[in-house]
Amino acid sequence: MPAASSYAESAQRTFERIEKSKLNAFITLNKQQALQTARDVDDGKVTGRLAGMTVAVKDCITTKGLQTTCASKILTGYVPPFDAEVVARLRHEGAVITGKTNMDEFAMGTSTESSYYGPTRNPWDLTRVPGGSSGGSAAAVAGLESRMALGTDTGGSVRCPAAFCGVVGIKPTYGLVSRYGVVEYANSLEQVGPIARNVPDAALLLDVIAGGDPKDSTSVAEADKVTYTDHLVDDVKGLTIGVPEEFFGEGLDKRVEKAVWDGIMTLNKLGADYRKVSLPHTKYSLSAYYIIAMCEASSNLARFDGLRYGLRTGKDENWHTTFSRIRAEGFGAEVKRRIMLGTYALSEGYYGQYYLKALQVRTLIKNDFERAFKDVDVMAAPTMPAPAFRLGEKTDDPLSMYLADVNTLPVNLAGIPSISVPCGFAGRLPIGMQLMGKFFDEPLLIRTAYTFECNTDFQKLPEGF
Amino acid sequence: MDDEVIIGLEIHCQLNKLNSKLFCGCSTKHHEAEPNTHTCPVCLGLPGALPVINKKAVEYTIMVGLALNCQIAEHTQFYRKNYYYPDLPRGFQITQYDYPIAADGIITVDTDGHERTIRIRRVHMEEDPGRLVHQGSIETSKFVLVDYNRSGMPLIEVVTEPDLRSPKEARRFINKLRNILEYLDVFDGSLPGALRVDANISLRGGARAEVKNISSYKGVERALLFEISRQQNMKRRGVKVVQETRHYDDERNCTITLRSKEQAEEYRYFPEADLVPLSVSGWQHALKEKLPELPDAKRERFKGQYGISDNHAKVLTAEIRVANYYEYVASKIDPLLAATWVADYLKGELNYRDRDIRDAFGPDKMVYILQQFRSGVITDKGAVEVIRTLLDEGVSPNGEPRSEPQDVIRNKNLARVESDVTRTACAEVLKENVAAIADFRSGKAQALNYLVGMVMKKTRGRADPAEVNLLLRELLECT
Ligand SMILES: [Zn+2]
Repeated sequence: MPAASSYAESAQRTFERIEKSKLNAFITLNKQQALQTARDVDDGKVTGRLAGMTVAVKDCITTKGLQTTCASKILTGYVPPFDAEVVARLRHEGAVITGKTNMDEFAMGTSTESSYYGPTRNPWDLTRVPGGSSGGSAAAVAGLESRMALGTDTGGSVRCPAAFCGVVGIKPTYGLVSRYGVVEYANSLEQVGPIARNVPDAALLLDVIAGGDPKDSTSVAEADKVTYTDHLVDDVKGLTIGVPEEFFGEGLDKRVEKAVWDGIMTLNKLGADYRKVSLPHTKYSLSAYYIIAMCEASSNLARFDGLRYGLRTGKDENWHTTFSRIRAEGFGAEVKRRIMLGTYALSEGYYGQYYLKALQVRTLIKNDFERAFKDVDVMAAPTMPAPAFRLGEKTDDPLSMYLADVNTLPVNLAGIPSISVPCGFAGRLPIGMQLMGKFFDEPLLIRTAYTFECNTDFQKLPEGF
Repeated sequence: MDDEVIIGLEIHCQLNKLNSKLFCGCSTKHHEAEPNTHTCPVCLGLPGALPVINKKAVEYTIMVGLALNCQIAEHTQFYRKNYYYPDLPRGFQITQYDYPIAADGIITVDTDGHERTIRIRRVHMEEDPGRLVHQGSIETSKFVLVDYNRSGMPLIEVVTEPDLRSPKEARRFINKLRNILEYLDVFDGSLPGALRVDANISLRGGARAEVKNISSYKGVERALLFEISRQQNMKRRGVKVVQETRHYDDERNCTITLRSKEQAEEYRYFPEADLVPLSVSGWQHALKEKLPELPDAKRERFKGQYGISDNHAKVLTAEIRVANYYEYVASKIDPLLAATWVADYLKGELNYRDRDIRDAFGPDKMVYILQQFRSGVITDKGAVEVIRTLLDEGVSPNGEPRSEPQDVIRNKNLARVESDVTRTACAEVLKENVAAIADFRSGKAQALNYLVGMVMKKTRGRADPAEVNLLLRELLECT
């Protein structure tokens, strides 16, 4: 296809592609508004760092006037009256927002199969999952249905689908990006992160969304003094890369292990030193993560009672009957499982045993990273222990699904930044390498990832795209 | 002997002097507003909206903590209290649990002439839920409406140790607390919904009941009296009092079972991660400087500065508005005279009418009345009459008193009668009361009082009783 002669034409083609797509990457399209923005960019009426670029937004990020469902039946039809801070920043920079992407219901999952709107498919193999929970965002980017996308990462939800779909995904340091307008799942863990086909685009998108926001008390002004695109430098000489041995444990796919080690050796050849490090409490991170996430979820999802917005079916009866029925109808199985487990873990008599203990483990994990980072500048490990699995493969076995997050969620527990970059293939399925950094050291992660990208050739398009 | 009564209070006060709500920018001035017009994504709990703490509310709470002689926390944190209710838009209330902003305070309460020290366990901040509105009564209403204007209103909760020993003492405590908060200018106790009280009540050795939903100052004493007699009756009948939560029904003046201990609600408190822990220890020094003079200190100063009695000083300093009123009057006229007239007459007349000093005429008018009294234009009776008239007339729609004191004096003909008129009246009274004269002469002193009264009646109170007394004696001795 010849290059588009205008942003409007380019956006038009993107929507044609989306409308014909088999991926099911989107829940709601923003076609009319997107085309108008693209025309306004063409006319010079709209400018900015993202002017005319197509950006897809995960459906748990609030968009004014555009349905926001979190892929749940309970929010079907909910049209928010306000923009999330990150969305406001996209608009301010002239982005063409294509639509709202599919996800695991309320971001609870690793495969985008728990969506009320059906699963998203992996562009590299339509019988496989795109990863999750930001599966729609990653599939849209890999499948050329948007140039970039926003995801959210609570336990790996940006990096996992980035790895499975062969694209770049960043989980920023907790507090770097405003969470205002991000529908909460586990609010002490999650961050909005960019997904893009290459590191420069991901860095550009991070530049736009990062920064302090008075509407989010947990956000910090750290990013306000940094321009991430300034760190797109092809140079890793003198860096020390840590290789945490616990991330190469049991259950790691041999092809993934090899691809990641090859990646580390590539960086080594480019002048970086490497050494093994130990993060001894990693084995507790899965349990700690799921307890914290479920406890927070049980409270965060309490607001969905059908009274003020969202699903309202049947006859109104007394309060308890009505809100119970709406929640029973509106939430899917995985969401219910997490709400119930979280409620249990926070109950009197169990709080100390579960939640407090999990917080203590979280501190230990954070200390592990801090200790290890005294000797190394970044760490490298597999993003996911295996390439994308088949649709339906793990849906009946929640535990094996949870286990897939084992390498991503320690990062969320510690609050540090991480980036997943394509580092090879298992057959035709992409493999992701996860680079982890010190607090607010996104600049160094971007430099390392960019250097890797410049000197390798894994930024491919799926067959047929 | 009666059982010893043990009472602890949890008092919720809206920090209604703040301009905006606790976690959003919505205005707190919604008392006259249409339902659901003072709301935003934050106080409606819309998905994705985040709370941001109102720093001024934290300052106010620290000031309350300091005024209640509390320790201020090094750092303070918010928690989520989880329960489902239609007035709670997030499905949890943001409140405090561990790490309250202030703890371990004391205030003294005057009960029947002796002072008692009541310990304050903690002072913490929380948000108010919305308000449920029933059409008609709760029993007959087919549906309930929710108004979120109140959602997110800043509240403080003051929790006492179980140190109170009678309903009267509890009421005195609440009044004192209200007065302190009004001194701090963080609270206006006269606004609807400004104060709500939960009370823990037991008889020494028995189980305690928690009575919820007491929402008026007078209700506190009534609810406690009811609950104490309920427990005493049970004890007398040999029925064991069980630990439970009871609901106070203000209209029927009784308490009813809400839930037993076994059904106790499970709130699953845990830290609110959307609000970072606040390090507040550094704030208190600046706030201490800003702290106004409080009732106890003012009372001592009034005694020293104006030479007034302890009793007058106590009455005049209980409420900040009365204290300010008095100080204005005392700056214009003899402070001792001012104390008597403000503390005894004006306060007395207001109490009699169940009204507040804010409903009274301005202190400049009080000064005028006392000037007229001092210069002999009106008698003390006349002055009281002016006060009563002005209070009963109330204020005109523009907030000004309907009459000026001079109008009242003129219209009611209160100007003191000249001495010769008084003399004439005395002579007439003596002529008309020969029997009383005989009584007086036979040594019955009260006969003179009777005669004074008759003269006052004749002059319709415009004579000066002291002068009448002198004149009568003079006349009686002459004849
Ligand atoms: Zn609000």
